[in-house]
Amino acid sequence: MANKAYHKIYTKLEGITKATVSLKADGVANDELAVVDSRLAQVVKTKGSMVTLQVFSGTEGIPTDAAVTFLGNPPTLHVSDDLAGRFFDAYGHPIDGGPEVEGEERQIGGPSVNPYKRKQPSEIIPTGIAGIDLNNTLVSGQKIPFFADPDQPYNNVMAQVALRADVDKIILGGMGLSNDDYLYFKHEFESAGALDKIISFVNTTEQPPVERLLIPDMALTAAEYFAVEKNEKVLVLLTDMTLYADALSIVSNRMDQIPSKDSMPGSLYSDLAKIYEKAVQLPDGGSITIIAVTTLNDGDITHAIPDNTGYITEGQLYLRADPDSGKVIIDPFRSLSRLKQLVQGKKTREDHSQVMNASVRLYADAQNAKTKLENGFDLSDYDNRCLDYAKEYATRILSIDVNLSINEMLDTAWEIFAKFFTPAETGIKQALVDKYWKK
Amino acid sequence: MNKTTGKVTGIVSNLVTVEVDGPVAQNEICFIDVDGTDLMAEVIKVNGNTAAVQVFESTRGLKNGNKVVFENKMLEVTLGPGLLSSCYDGLQNNLTTMDGVFLKRGEYTDPLDREKLWDFTPIAKAGDKVVAADWLGEVKEGWLPHKIMVPFSFKGEYTVKSVKAAGQYKVDDTIAVLTDAEGNDVNVTMTQKWPVKVAIKGYKEKPRPNRIMETGVRVIDTLDPIAEGGTGFIPGPFGCGKTVLQHAIAKQGDAQVIVMAACGERANEVVEIFTEFPELIDPHTGRHLMERTTIICNTSNMPVAAREASVYTAMTICEYYRAMGMKVLLLADSTSRWAQALREMSNRMEELPGADAFPVDLSAIISNFYARAGMVVLNNGQTGSVTFIGTVSPAGGNLKEPVTESTKKAARCFYALEQKRADQKRYPAVNPIDSYSKYLEYPEIQEYLDKAVTPGWGEKVGQLKNIIRKGREANEQINILGDDGVPMGYHEIFWKSELIDYVILQQDAFDAIDALCPIERQKYMVELVLGICGRSFEFDDFEQCRGFFKEMINILRQMNYSEFHSEQFENYEKQLNTLLNNGK
Repeated sequence: MANKAYHKIYTKLEGITKATVSLKADGVANDELAVVDSRLAQVVKTKGSMVTLQVFSGTEGIPTDAAVTFLGNPPTLHVSDDLAGRFFDAYGHPIDGGPEVEGEERQIGGPSVNPYKRKQPSEIIPTGIAGIDLNNTLVSGQKIPFFADPDQPYNNVMAQVALRADVDKIILGGMGLSNDDYLYFKHEFESAGALDKIISFVNTTEQPPVERLLIPDMALTAAEYFAVEKNEKVLVLLTDMTLYADALSIVSNRMDQIPSKDSMPGSLYSDLAKIYEKAVQLPDGGSITIIAVTTLNDGDITHAIPDNTGYITEGQLYLRADPDSGKVIIDPFRSLSRLKQLVQGKKTREDHSQVMNASVRLYADAQNAKTKLENGFDLSDYDNRCLDYAKEYATRILSIDVNLSINEMLDTAWEIFAKFFTPAETGIKQALVDKYWKK
Repeated sequence: MNKTTGKVTGIVSNLVTVEVDGPVAQNEICFIDVDGTDLMAEVIKVNGNTAAVQVFESTRGLKNGNKVVFENKMLEVTLGPGLLSSCYDGLQNNLTTMDGVFLKRGEYTDPLDREKLWDFTPIAKAGDKVVAADWLGEVKEGWLPHKIMVPFSFKGEYTVKSVKAAGQYKVDDTIAVLTDAEGNDVNVTMTQKWPVKVAIKGYKEKPRPNRIMETGVRVIDTLDPIAEGGTGFIPGPFGCGKTVLQHAIAKQGDAQVIVMAACGERANEVVEIFTEFPELIDPHTGRHLMERTTIICNTSNMPVAAREASVYTAMTICEYYRAMGMKVLLLADSTSRWAQALREMSNRMEELPGADAFPVDLSAIISNFYARAGMVVLNNGQTGSVTFIGTVSPAGGNLKEPVTESTKKAARCFYALEQKRADQKRYPAVNPIDSYSKYLEYPEIQEYLDKAVTPGWGEKVGQLKNIIRKGREANEQINILGDDGVPMGYHEIFWKSELIDYVILQQDAFDAIDALCPIERQKYMVELVLGICGRSFEFDDFEQCRGFFKEMINILRQMNYSEFHSEQFENYEKQLNTLLNNGK
């Protein structure tokens, strides 16, 4: 970050906290970037001539006589087709040893799409995972997080989903990724031979937390370039949004703001919505789909971060270890894709929604049978069949390691129905039973 | 008059402090210049010659010293023919006429089409004495008679000097000339402006609501009806079907005008309205739903300060149509987002916070807003009403949080959406025990129900709720003691409550027939179900009891899916009678 000649240099800081510095300066614009002691910072508050700067990489070792220059513009990203296949840090600088990307310099965190100009999402994004495609179908232009405990393999599932999804670009926004996970993503993308359609913005745990705040806007600015200008289908992966929210609370805390629930800033809902609402189906065919990860603290979804997320996103996917089948499954009860009815039976086979409902209902009966068993009550023949069904259903459908086309999933479900139940017990419409029941 | 000006002295996100050179008013609108673009802002606090303003746009690039011009007026909406079937943002900018895919900062578009010609018919005639809100004439807006009124801001009595003859006029054409007490002539056009934070008066009185507004949703109309001109709210955790329920009410509500305020919610939900409403037919008039609907849309990613404005903009438009003698329904999704916007601002102003960091006057703000709903008797004796239903998104699904609690004090109906019912796919997931309608206690409403539905209706509904309550208790005992551990009577009462649950409470919002259940059909089904519940049965064991009721529930549900009194419907009823006669 070279200092340009005409930039005035300030050398007297009036205050320093762990995340911010303040100084007296004139003619400073809101959101403008500055360099403090050769670290990047951004204007977050002005009061009279006093300016408060949020220093992205932290303020450790910054002296009160540090040199401060203002750069005259908010954070930007150079966008062009050359972004494809590259790895960047939170500031949009390459970390893969390649050259800086040439292209139009664009401010990140730009304006919102006019809601009237949006199109209703209607294209399915198949992932091969039946717990998603069959029960919680994803649609392009949707935004949906995985709600997962930290010990669950959410990054692996996300990498799998990304590589199988039929999209033009995949953009990874990694916030607080462990170095191991970063290398895992890199390796998966490379070995799938898909590098040319992948762009990554990564902040690892080794890097300062406040830097993370730039990652989603960087990733989405790149996404908007490809979706708006190139009419491409773009999938954005954001992991882990809980760490992003934690960084927000650090900054608001340092600025002496009064925290609301769970020591999160009062603006958490708007801050998260600004990111997730970038998901869009555009009128000219391009789309941005967001799959995120929100890690939970011991499954607690009433915490402010998952709670606000749930109100913003269009559903959520839960991972769960299933002791009966020994697999990690997509929980069919708590997971929900709010947009699934826009494609089920319309872009997929006619029996889709009936099969989905029947299979989940029978799985619920199995859970009831299990409760009965645990409470020491006798099981009926139906209960026993439900339990056997549940095991097979979890293994062949719900498990995250299946990889089937949607028609194969439906056929598998019919096959399992026929193995354990009579058509009447499934409660599926007679016309569909006549057509699809496996004899 | 010279406008007050000022310059920016401090910026925190969208809270800007301005040093002013003249008088400013609380809630006055100003424009801040950023590199040639004017950003709209509203004064929210004044201290000496410093005004704190909330900016309705992103403040990126704003600098200390930038110029501010005060407009000497509060945030206003433009009222006139053409509001219906429009789609506005929170500041009443027309979203449909904006260029480009992205919203541009500082782009403000006209809410009304100034070129369109309207078919005007005069109502008043020369010599008439009129006051504010009196009708001068009307134009056809869709199929609705849109009254052209004496502007609400006119004080005192005026004499009509002239009214234009029937014909086609634009909204800005003068359609009447009035003479005030001093003998000055004033021109009146078809459009006027009104500040959103001030309630439109101009009516004679505001009586207590005395009839219900049908929604076609059984759990509302039968169990906890909302009055025409009443208030209600729907709190619920995410994924409980708040939006589906609201959309159902919007589609079916027995109102002439619907205003939907999408306040800080998902953009795709608004897209759903844009996509579906133009196709849907209003069940009461057979016209397109969009023709009677105005959408105010400030989605969660649009500027936060405009969220607060959006609910006021919506309410003001409702009051405008109420003054024409219309039945208006306002739906706001969700008022929690508006409360959060207030919290963000109060936080930035470093005010001492109340519970959960919300401003201490949250409760007062919410009840003031709810109080703007209601039925009114107009100066000419006709009535109009604004019925308001808001949703609340309680943090963590916990109803003991400030927004829910404040709203509970203000709203007369409470529709509690329950996670457990949603998990069991029992939609609409309204908890029948926790929910209430205070209107059921009004003698005038009881009288109305006796007349409009059937004598003794209130008691029947009471019986229904009682069985549900008893069924819940029985179910708890069964869960603790096991199926065999309780007397048969427990199973019977539990299954009777399930019968009510499946047949009356649950309703398929996506089924063409079941979605809309008129009140006479609700009455028929309630009496049928109560008749069954009134019988006592003899079962050998609980398996038999369960089987019997499951079969009965299935038949009754098929009836719900059939056209009322169709052959199919009657056939199912015959099946039901056979089952009952063969049963125990």
